[in-house]
Amino acid sequence: MSTSTDHGRPDPEATPSALGRDDRPVSDRGDTVCVIGAGASGLTAIKNLREHGFGVDCYERETGIGGAWNWRHDRSPVYASTHLLSSKPFTQFPDFPMPDSWPDYPHHSQLLSYFERYADHFDLRSHIWFGTEVIRVEPAAGDRWDVTTRSTGGYGPERTSQYAAVVVANGHNWSPKLPRYEGLEQFRGEIMHASSYKDPAQLRGKRVLVVGAGNTGCDIAVEAAQQASRCWHSTRRGYWYAPKYVLGRPADQVNDALLAMRVPLRVRQWLYHWTLRLTVGDLTRFGLPKPDHRVYETHPIANSQLVYYVGHGAIGPVPDVARFHPYAVELADGREIDPELVIFATGYLPRFEFLDASVFGDSAGVGRPTLWLNAFTPGHPTLAVAGLVQPDSGLFTLSHWQTVLFARLLLARRDRPERAAAFAQKVRDRAGERYSAHVKDSSRHWFEVGHADYLRAVERALHDLEGK
Amino acid sequence: MSELRIMRGREWSRPVRPARREVLSATPELEEGRPPLLFVPGFGHGAWAFAEHWLGHAASRGFPAYAMSLRGHGASEAAPEATLRAYAHDVVQVAAGLPRQAVLVGHGAGALVVAHALARYPARGAVLVAPVFGGWGVLGAALRRNPSGTLPAVFGGPLRLSRGQLFSRELPDEEARRHVARLGRAGRRAQWALLGAPDAEPAVGAPPVLVLGSPDDRVVPTSALNGVARRYGSAPLLFPGMGHDLMLDARWAEPIDAILDWLEKEPATR
Repeated sequence: MSTSTDHGRPDPEATPSALGRDDRPVSDRGDTVCVIGAGASGLTAIKNLREHGFGVDCYERETGIGGAWNWRHDRSPVYASTHLLSSKPFTQFPDFPMPDSWPDYPHHSQLLSYFERYADHFDLRSHIWFGTEVIRVEPAAGDRWDVTTRSTGGYGPERTSQYAAVVVANGHNWSPKLPRYEGLEQFRGEIMHASSYKDPAQLRGKRVLVVGAGNTGCDIAVEAAQQASRCWHSTRRGYWYAPKYVLGRPADQVNDALLAMRVPLRVRQWLYHWTLRLTVGDLTRFGLPKPDHRVYETHPIANSQLVYYVGHGAIGPVPDVARFHPYAVELADGREIDPELVIFATGYLPRFEFLDASVFGDSAGVGRPTLWLNAFTPGHPTLAVAGLVQPDSGLFTLSHWQTVLFARLLLARRDRPERAAAFAQKVRDRAGERYSAHVKDSSRHWFEVGHADYLRAVERALHDLEGK
Repeated sequence: MSELRIMRGREWSRPVRPARREVLSATPELEEGRPPLLFVPGFGHGAWAFAEHWLGHAASRGFPAYAMSLRGHGASEAAPEATLRAYAHDVVQVAAGLPRQAVLVGHGAGALVVAHALARYPARGAVLVAPVFGGWGVLGAALRRNPSGTLPAVFGGPLRLSRGQLFSRELPDEEARRHVARLGRAGRRAQWALLGAPDAEPAVGAPPVLVLGSPDDRVVPTSALNGVARRYGSAPLLFPGMGHDLMLDARWAEPIDAILDWLEKEPATR
């Protein structure tokens, strides 16, 4: 196996450079496919494209693989205690299982070692250019793409190479989304986004306010309950806090047993509410707001401990923040609290700064592209996005099948152009389709999908592409 | 073969229960970049069947070689209720745990396990040695040749293979008796799967598949051997005069050399 961290590596195929747009030299990479990012989705893109016979150049801005799951990376959102939210069968790649000896919900360091083994097992590193960031991706004639790269950090010369296709796998959990509040600038306490939260020592002995009831917000609130001198947890609305185990098994496995039997959503919701009633019961008696929606209608929060610590009084549930004062935080119900540290677990937004927003059908430029299957762009049959989904389950299975579908689409463009054309038409007709039960909207939840609905749609697309 | 299936609700919601597995290995002194081989024994056999000759021979020709025992076999954990799916899970677990993408070599019913494992692991290549894919023809042949050893298996009892089914007359009696004495049994549910196993899903990554066997095999009729080979778009490589257990029979070196030659020539496994 060769390593490819050396930047001085010569062009794999020293094609004579032609002059491209603006008279920049463009080296033609032939049928090679470009993959942007060597995180989970990028790795599975490399593996699946290679498996279907394509050459791959992957560009990774960091010096290691694993993307968000590599805690060494400056854009990694993981904190010391991060564990998986979906159990192993839903988290692993479908053709490379996690070891039997691992727990149901592995730790983030195990996940990184899983990706390292995946990369070594399938010899993926020799296709990755580490320490190289993509700064521009521009469409070229014949559905090809000009990809311009340079060394991470902005020094060194720019290079442009032309590829037959591009897979964008740059992740969506690295660009923090920070809400605006009146008076936030005057607040004298410490403020941080959850992306900078790494270790419970940051909370020790402090009065902490955690804003946001996503999975990260709940995790941090639980750690604050153990470490901080006081913990408030502010949520905009009431949520369903799903335990990680029900009926003696990982909760997502129980849910999928029902899905496999095609139990309708209403019945599953009823069963779920009933199961919760058997354990923690009505949460409003703790001061938690009543959920304004039925379960499965927002991104699920898998946290067995939050309610436990609320029940112990270690977490004080509070409503939305109204405004900040220099030494206090005013809440929506008029109460004032005095935290020293405010952590905004308010999520992340996808960003594609290397791509002209109009290519993605995102004319408003708000990072909300119009895609089919959250992966395919109308009018650009050789461009795909991998991993731009927020499933109610593990993501990597979905990325895997997205990239398998894309590899087979590229094969069909060569071998069965009429099938590829029918696919392209479908992308145009059905871009923007959703794959979940009605979901409460926010600036992030447009790419929320139900894993079963989504994978069924991918399966249909694959069979339509290849059927007899 | 059936269609590619993405939705695997039952597999996700009922993961196979882990079981301790025996894995024997022989690795070459010099790493030559050859793909690792994983030998999967058939029902009743354990990793020992390959440790006898083939493991060492493959290693001496530069291939890192591993042999495993399916659950309930050899020194692996007991598993009387094991299913075909659990066996395939064992193979995929061991294969994914190897340092590099492996070639799967299945013998007897182990070839059927490998065929199912190929749908869950993108092997570099696969070799099916005297494959037992089940069906009524195979049962008929076994009932004719060894009625007292086969009949109990139909009712969930152990399948007992005889010396005459497994080895040619060239193998010294004492050695044959030693091997037969080591045979165990597969789970009854897995045995029944031989009579009506669902078709294997398509192999991930379309690996090259080599099928080989013996026209004098008393377990796998030639028609069954041809049938399996046809399924993978080829004809079987034949070793006349050998019994079902090609890895233990007197001329064990011929088939393994043919397998290794094929691996050296095949572009996907070179």
